[in-house]
Amino acid sequence: MNNELRTNMNLKLKALTKSLWVFHLCIGGSCNNCDIEILDLLTPRFDVERFGIMLVGSVRHADVLLITGSLTYKAAERAKRLHQQMPKPAVVVAVGSCALGRGIFKDGYNTPCPLDELIPVDLYIPGCPPKPEAIIDGIVKLVKKVRGEK
Amino acid sequence: MSILDEIKQRLKDKIGDWYEHNPRRIYFSVDKKEIKEAARVLFKDLGLRFATATGTDTPQGFEILYHFSFDKTGQMVSVRTLIEDKHNPQIDSLAVISPAFEWIEREIWEMLGIKFIGHPNLKRLLLADDWPEGKYPLRQR
Amino acid sequence: MSHKVVIPIGPYHPLQEEPEFFRLFVEGETVVDIDINIGYNHRGIEKICESKHFDQVAFVVERICGICSTSHPFAYVNAVEDLAKIEVPERALYIRTIIGEMERIHSHLLWLGLAGHFIGYNTVWMWAWRYREPILDCFEMISGNRNHYAMMKVGGVRRDILDQHIPDLKKTLDQISRATDMFKGAVMDDPVIHARLKGIGVLTRQQAIEWSVVGPTARASGLNIDVRRDDPYAAYDRVDWNVIVREEGDIFAKTVVRILEMYESIRIIRQCLNKMPKGEIDADVKDIPAGEGIGRAEAPRGEVFHYVRSDGTNRPIRHKVRAPSYMNIASNKIACVGGTISDATITLAAVDPCYCCTERVAVIERPTNKKVLNGWDLIKLSQEKTERLRKNYG
Repeated sequence: MNNELRTNMNLKLKALTKSLWVFHLCIGGSCNNCDIEILDLLTPRFDVERFGIMLVGSVRHADVLLITGSLTYKAAERAKRLHQQMPKPAVVVAVGSCALGRGIFKDGYNTPCPLDELIPVDLYIPGCPPKPEAIIDGIVKLVKKVRGEK
Repeated sequence: MSILDEIKQRLKDKIGDWYEHNPRRIYFSVDKKEIKEAARVLFKDLGLRFATATGTDTPQGFEILYHFSFDKTGQMVSVRTLIEDKHNPQIDSLAVISPAFEWIEREIWEMLGIKFIGHPNLKRLLLADDWPEGKYPLRQR
Repeated sequence: MSHKVVIPIGPYHPLQEEPEFFRLFVEGETVVDIDINIGYNHRGIEKICESKHFDQVAFVVERICGICSTSHPFAYVNAVEDLAKIEVPERALYIRTIIGEMERIHSHLLWLGLAGHFIGYNTVWMWAWRYREPILDCFEMISGNRNHYAMMKVGGVRRDILDQHIPDLKKTLDQISRATDMFKGAVMDDPVIHARLKGIGVLTRQQAIEWSVVGPTARASGLNIDVRRDDPYAAYDRVDWNVIVREEGDIFAKTVVRILEMYESIRIIRQCLNKMPKGEIDADVKDIPAGEGIGRAEAPRGEVFHYVRSDGTNRPIRHKVRAPSYMNIASNKIACVGGTISDATITLAAVDPCYCCTERVAVIERPTNKKVLNGWDLIKLSQEKTERLRKNYG
């Protein structure tokens, strides 16, 4: 992404940081633990809905694309297409070691490349799986950065 | 009669090597043209449950191990068969005996390139549709 | 003119053109055929394991599935110990059993939550997942991680359960026991759930044998099979517990089996905590000889099967992994056909497949090749059916 696009994104995103709509995508090659920890965020103990964060059912409504999984050949096309369908400005968050760089499946024959060689990633949340607290921490950091706070 | 004695009685001289690693792990080999009969005896006649099949690329040829479980005693009976022709490997499909064999035969076909004769639906299971032809991930090159 | 309509099923990912996981063909309201297309999660683990040494393989197989996280290493270490005829210290056997059973409880709670969500009982979802948290906290206390606890090791376990952990474990078990009472009451006594799940998605005993299904899916269809009892491993033959079997084969039976299994798991863990002897937790294995080994474990979803072949070096030359869902998902071909679209979601979920796998379902309408419904619509259909039934019961 070039710098101009980033500035526009920052302006528009500032308006969105009150309430983030999140589309959760598992792009294959995943053990689902990260997906479950993300769903866990909705449950009473963590309850991210009180921050205004909501999971939506269509990528066209999303501000944030939350991606898990190590990206298999079958899923690569879909990942790219979904990213294109997202209305910009949008933020891409990679959750878990697999989404960061294929994790323990780095040497496999069915995982072509790390995710960020396919689509640009704005936020990396490491862990296998990252604890729900870590995911919240990551998103809060992102929101603060977009708002221009330190 | 124990289940092992029953197997020996029904398959008689079709059985090649017989090896008991311990009371609950038994391995025996059959010629590949007898595999349908062996599977029918174990699955249909004696009521063992089909667990899965392992295909391996060995220097002697492609080896397929069919693993059956006799749940009453917890014994695993594995039937070994060897396909010596590595250029055009084929074997009878067991999917005609039961749908439980369908998926694993598709997987062995796409991983090792072994053709299962008579399989109703031999198409890709795990690999992408545009995975290059002739490249079999589990072959030792 | 009857045109076959295909309905997509996928909780959060309505996808457009790619070949999907489940493709349901319907005529009117009835499902007439189903096409199952797996492979999205294929990571080539068997090949990866050929280039890792025996200790590293345990970490790789743990990440095959997040919820059955410990069953795969469990079956794997059983396979290597079978191959090399290793004797595992008794304390390690008990610790393995405790970890395995705790995983079963939280996996069944997870399933209960998802099933509740699919039929419109969102409170069940929230409560079931809320009660997973104390168990995950216990895992964190023992092993350092809520999931992927890396406890299994060839020859023993990696970490001990310390005496100071035990009071917290016992308190959590009491909590879960009360929660299970609540869920049991909610499911058994609710006439709407009876109407919703009874007679739906039936897999007869004969079909269960034909398709070689395993786990609660098989036990709900009258097949009395359980690897823990049939081919005992760890400490399962040293404690008292029951195998839960039901005859009806419908989704209600599968639900009952899972809930009652939670009670049995609590029972097993309590006995293990009391009977666990002091002592070593690791046999300190140095070399693995050449040979073959088969190891099995009863995961929450059914029998996990691992086959390991060694040539005497420090890594397996062949490692075959068969997860229980491999057999169970295939049986959906029978269970779904003949049902209605509003029941499709819960039928597919009843075998407890990997969550990620149930997401992608395609709908292709002939002859226009256009998508008709997406995942959210389909779950809504399922939830609406529950509402209609609720009105009937006043």
